[in-house]
Amino acid sequence: MKNKNKPKKMRITAGITAVQIPLAIWALLQLFPIYWLLVLSFKSNQEIFSGNSISLPTVWRFENYDFVFRNGNMGTYLFNSFLVTLITILLVSTFAIMASFAISRMRWRLSSAVESMFILGITVPLHAALLPTFLMLGKIDLLNTRWALILPYTAFSLPVAILICNGLMRSIPRDIDEAAFLDGCGIFGVFFRVIVPLMKPAISTISIFTFLHSWNELLFAQILINDKALKTLTAGIQSLVGEHSTAWGPVCAALAVASIPTIIAYLFMSKQVQQSMIAGSIKQ
Amino acid sequence: MNKLLSNKKAIVLFLFPAFAIFLTFIIVPSSVSLYYSLHDWNGVGAMTFVGIKNYVRLFVNNTDGFTSAVWHAGLIALASVFIQLPLSFCFASILARRVRGERFYLTVFFIPVIISSTVVAQLWLKIFNGSYGLLNYLLTAVGLEKWTRAWLAKPQTALPAVIIPIIWQYVGYHMLLMYTAIKGLSSDIFEAARIDGATNFQTAIRITLPNIRPIIRVCVIFAVIGSLKSYDIIFMMTKGGPIGATEVPTTLMVETLFTAQRYGYGSAMAVIIILLCFLLSLLIKKFFKVE
Repeated sequence: MKNKNKPKKMRITAGITAVQIPLAIWALLQLFPIYWLLVLSFKSNQEIFSGNSISLPTVWRFENYDFVFRNGNMGTYLFNSFLVTLITILLVSTFAIMASFAISRMRWRLSSAVESMFILGITVPLHAALLPTFLMLGKIDLLNTRWALILPYTAFSLPVAILICNGLMRSIPRDIDEAAFLDGCGIFGVFFRVIVPLMKPAISTISIFTFLHSWNELLFAQILINDKALKTLTAGIQSLVGEHSTAWGPVCAALAVASIPTIIAYLFMSKQVQQSMIAGSIKQ
Repeated sequence: MNKLLSNKKAIVLFLFPAFAIFLTFIIVPSSVSLYYSLHDWNGVGAMTFVGIKNYVRLFVNNTDGFTSAVWHAGLIALASVFIQLPLSFCFASILARRVRGERFYLTVFFIPVIISSTVVAQLWLKIFNGSYGLLNYLLTAVGLEKWTRAWLAKPQTALPAVIIPIIWQYVGYHMLLMYTAIKGLSSDIFEAARIDGATNFQTAIRITLPNIRPIIRVCVIFAVIGSLKSYDIIFMMTKGGPIGATEVPTTLMVETLFTAQRYGYGSAMAVIIILLCFLLSLLIKKFFKVE
């Protein structure tokens, strides 16, 4: 018996190493640059350029972080990104649930045509709208305001959000509406008391997904806002890097400030974040 | 009840905000781009109708590098489909077999996806730096000093150097899509393959791959369209340079619109980008028939 088992066991161990090695190498390739960024953010140029670039800093220079908040405007950028993202999430969730209710639960002739129109919007790239949006916002004096980002971000997140809501809303049995109607609820009663409370999973998916999109967006952020006091993180980093390009420590500290909140939040709810990021794509 | 559910006023009310924003910021701007593209306009002076002249200029005797920008986007797309997706598929099929550390790897491989491309670009800019970059540091450390160079400053190495971070960032995204699809397959087919004595590699190619065709198709569409739209990483790392070696349609478009102020011509680029996105996703859908 023992002899019979041995080769099998050996094969399994060899198999485990064979799959673990590529996985471990890729994990290292993914984590090492991030580790490198973090150690650089605590070093002075002198230390980096004198050859100690990959090991831990000899002196932990927290002043790099102090510098990017004091002279690099990072606090403002963080706040702007936070505000823009938060309002975008609120608008997208509210409008998507409302539209999805009309499309997937109410009865009217053009509902499927309207649904296809929204879904077609998923394919339209942001770039296609850039110049007209820029000119239009200029005309109505919204250029260089937070709305210049919030409104386009809302528009471009809506199609996927509506798709996600439709999926969930169609899975709610119709009898529930009927029961509520019999209890004397109007259409708004059904919407607010029955449907909205059931949409929580969709809201969390939409929030995560919209967060990542607007938090990380660069093109619109860079063109539609010029005012340093209103810039969001991505565009802010761009101007910070432009001004302090030779100061590696502070630049890396700024990059770390922009990413660490997202990474920490992600580590706490990685499963949910992953599901949200793929929710929209799988349904296409 | 039917009467309540077809209450026209309520329908309009529920639909209005989403529809208005969608119309104002997606439909109208895209159509206006098309209108601008048929004109010669610098944003200040008069707008002159020139028909399809802007489009002709993009492809016939083109001097500003639009055709090579499209070619670069094509190369990025090829690298994504033939390097990134196979990597993602390998990791997905390994991880879906319940290896040790499955959750750890899934989490780690997805970290670059959630980081902003702006940060990723800045990070790789430092990795490829000619004097103090990580890559040259590591090459020197293993005795390959003669290979070191300013990766992003040389036209020959600049394009591969911007493709690497693009692949690096999104392997985990495609992996997760494929992983979810493989997990959704019935375990019977793997069991049958195992009884028939198929090796892991054979199972992956002959069983797993054909069975997750729908998601492979989504991944191919995302990889190709994403390459066509790539902007952040390239703008941040090279701004299309050196001497246009990494120029892609979007970086050229932004330059034409906002630096050269050629609104008509730049809008023609925007329209071509939308058209290519639509056409390519249609083509891929045709090519990859899914029942």
